[in-house]
Amino acid sequence: MILYLLRRALYAIPIALAVGFVCFMLVQIAPGDPINAIVPPDAPGDVVEQVRRDYGLDKPLPVQFGLWLLKVVQGDLGRSLATGRSVWSDLRTAIGNTLMLAVCASVLGFIVGCTLGGLAGTFRGTVLDRVATGIAVAGVSVPHYWLGMVMVVIFSVQLNWLPAMGAGPGGSSDWAWDWEHFQFLVLPTITLSVIPTGIVTRTVRGIVAEIMNQEFVTALRGKGLTRMRIFLHVVKNAAPNALAVIGLQLGYLMGGSILVETVFSWPGTGLLLNSAIFQRDLPVLQGTILVLAMFFVALNLIVDLIQAALDPRIKRA
Amino acid sequence: MTFRRSLLAACLALSAALVPGLVMAQGTIRIGMTAADIPLTHGQPDQGFEGNRFTGIPIYDSLTQWDLSAADRASVVIPSLAERWEVDPADQTRWTFHLRRGVKFHDGSDFTADTVVWNVNKVLDREAPQYDARQVGLTATRMPTLRRAEKVDDYTVRLITSEPDSLLPINLTNLFMASPVHWAALRAQHPTAEATWNAFAAAPSGTGPFRVTRFVPRERLELARFDGYWSTKAKADRLVLLPIPDASARTAALLSGQVDWIEAPSPDALGQLRSRSMTITQNLQPHVWPWQPCFVAGSPLADVRIRRALNLAIDRDGLKQLLGGLMVAPVGTVAPGHPWWGNPSFQIRTDKAAAARLLAEAGYGPQRRLTIKVQISASGSGQMQPLPMNEFIQQDLKPLGIDIEFDVVDWNTLFGNWRQGCQAASARGAHATNVSFAAMDPFFAMVRFWDSKMAPPTSNNWGFFNDPRFDAMIREARTTFDPVARDAALARLHAAGVDEALFIWIAHDVSPRAMTPRIRGYVQPQSWFVDLRLPYIQ
Repeated sequence: MILYLLRRALYAIPIALAVGFVCFMLVQIAPGDPINAIVPPDAPGDVVEQVRRDYGLDKPLPVQFGLWLLKVVQGDLGRSLATGRSVWSDLRTAIGNTLMLAVCASVLGFIVGCTLGGLAGTFRGTVLDRVATGIAVAGVSVPHYWLGMVMVVIFSVQLNWLPAMGAGPGGSSDWAWDWEHFQFLVLPTITLSVIPTGIVTRTVRGIVAEIMNQEFVTALRGKGLTRMRIFLHVVKNAAPNALAVIGLQLGYLMGGSILVETVFSWPGTGLLLNSAIFQRDLPVLQGTILVLAMFFVALNLIVDLIQAALDPRIKRA
Repeated sequence: MTFRRSLLAACLALSAALVPGLVMAQGTIRIGMTAADIPLTHGQPDQGFEGNRFTGIPIYDSLTQWDLSAADRASVVIPSLAERWEVDPADQTRWTFHLRRGVKFHDGSDFTADTVVWNVNKVLDREAPQYDARQVGLTATRMPTLRRAEKVDDYTVRLITSEPDSLLPINLTNLFMASPVHWAALRAQHPTAEATWNAFAAAPSGTGPFRVTRFVPRERLELARFDGYWSTKAKADRLVLLPIPDASARTAALLSGQVDWIEAPSPDALGQLRSRSMTITQNLQPHVWPWQPCFVAGSPLADVRIRRALNLAIDRDGLKQLLGGLMVAPVGTVAPGHPWWGNPSFQIRTDKAAAARLLAEAGYGPQRRLTIKVQISASGSGQMQPLPMNEFIQQDLKPLGIDIEFDVVDWNTLFGNWRQGCQAASARGAHATNVSFAAMDPFFAMVRFWDSKMAPPTSNNWGFFNDPRFDAMIREARTTFDPVARDAALARLHAAGVDEALFIWIAHDVSPRAMTPRIRGYVQPQSWFVDLRLPYIQ
């Protein structure tokens, strides 16, 4: 197991390099000039060139990439061009906020998806199955930013039950797990959970349906086990695949919640990326994408390990 | 009666004790900004003029300032930390500024001539310990001729420019005075000047009417009234500034009571906001939303008849309706009544018959259609609603025989191209560009577009306009130091620019804001800025 862990950790190095390189090049070939994050567009040419030199943006691209990489391996993601703040300090706060949102959405999606998928798979062909499948299809089809806006209109603007935006009455730095703060999490969590709910529902339905057709279930029935005991056997067999799906969904939610975080002004990585893209803030963009990619790699590894622990049939060399 | 009063007072005191949040909220104004992040707080804000509005003027002062006290007249430059100033008649590159006495920074230190020299050096002297490259880009561009500052005595300072420039007092509204004493204290705790400025941004010290009490990067900035302010103190106890870049989120935040004031509500939301008794404010803003022509040979807009025809052809009333009333139909870069108006002979209005005649004179019409390509963005700061607005104009001009083609690029790209000019490959053959701009001071309103020396890459004369008459008028304005005579020279320049139709003037923004009716005392001047000392929560 230790060798396996080491090997997977080593795999992460070329992935990190590739992600860093691709991200760097994509930002470079995108239209626009990162100097616009620092100087106003109406700045005279000589001032622009002076600032470009001051920030090292006049150096050849390979040199810029090399310098950035050298700092990264020393644990320094650099400083934001726009604010001058350490990328890591902003990123650390943003990751914490996004992780909180993504975990809540994943847990909600997992619970609702497993429940709906389990029921649909167990009672195939019934009205219950059709309703659950309908919810799953809607979940993966409805644009979640649109859903977020609709929920804000209903629950914040019309009913005034829940806050429309932000991460707590005093910002995320004052976060506490009480209702005064938790209410800020409700709408973004529900919005973000819709897609994983749909995906988990469909996955679990398929797995449960398949397991229910297997011979061992017939044998369990023949032995006279109750429906509940049989259900527990089904759950145990379905869990590894369901966990794999939700694990990947957590990864997607970490990096893919740009729109939801923008709609709710949730100060996470999505909002950070959004503003960095518009400002051409290269260090923030590169640092955020790199850390999210590494997070995704780590998450895959954790999911693999949990799968192996839950299902001994999954052999790891 | 006494008993009843005592009972009432006791009830009020009890309420205040039981509901502390309510009491605090009476003096706290929460503002939803359009910025995606808190504008820089070290004294030279980014995020355009929204930055100056919220983290510049409230926290800091400059030597001169904009008069933001009235809504019904043009905002002009008035004294601030400098009480008066004069240029040396023998050498017009030397200015003497007489400073206000008794001004204190938030950290308790004194504002003196040394402060001014220190703040000039932070952006102009590369050898100064406090020099900050980041602030150069945000400041030096807005005071292009200032070269250095010299202390004369504790309350007198001399500023030197590279050439005679009567616009210097206007430019100096952009140089905010940070506290050198506070910076030096922080410098002792940080390894570099850059790190010190970052620490300074987290705990700033200016002389402005508000001091920073809490700064949460990317989330909120909390300001409290500075009771040691040298002039009229703020009425509100506190300001909370929240970056909410999405217009729908801002509107929802206002309607759900999370904020008291939002910048730039979406025109679509105005009906809903009004139906919930929100106050919508607007006023003419020195903001121009134009098509800036390319004047080089081969461009149809090199022909003044076509430029005038376009200015006459656009249905601005229809456009205003499209925007829910949130625009002013322009008649030039500045409006009549402004000191730089100048009463041009060409009247910008909607007169399609006159437009058709001019087009016919130029050889165009429904039988021989004119094609004009415009580079536009899909969104962007200050760009209002670029896609629907441009598409409206496209449809509007079609019956006159004008076919408008759009090259839609990212906002950042459009900005970058602005500095490269219409002859560069980045223009992709466009005959006009649609970059909106602030017209607060003469340099940014006119000089950078109409001075032949300002052609790319120097500045924003994107269309390579080159007319010696205009160069001479600009030279005259910049070397006329009597304010009244200078404004008269600028008025002649503006009138000539309108007569030559040097822009296709399409709309002026009105800086719409929506706020709860509990906000009182608010004045929306004809400016990009607001005096945040005036409003309070009832």
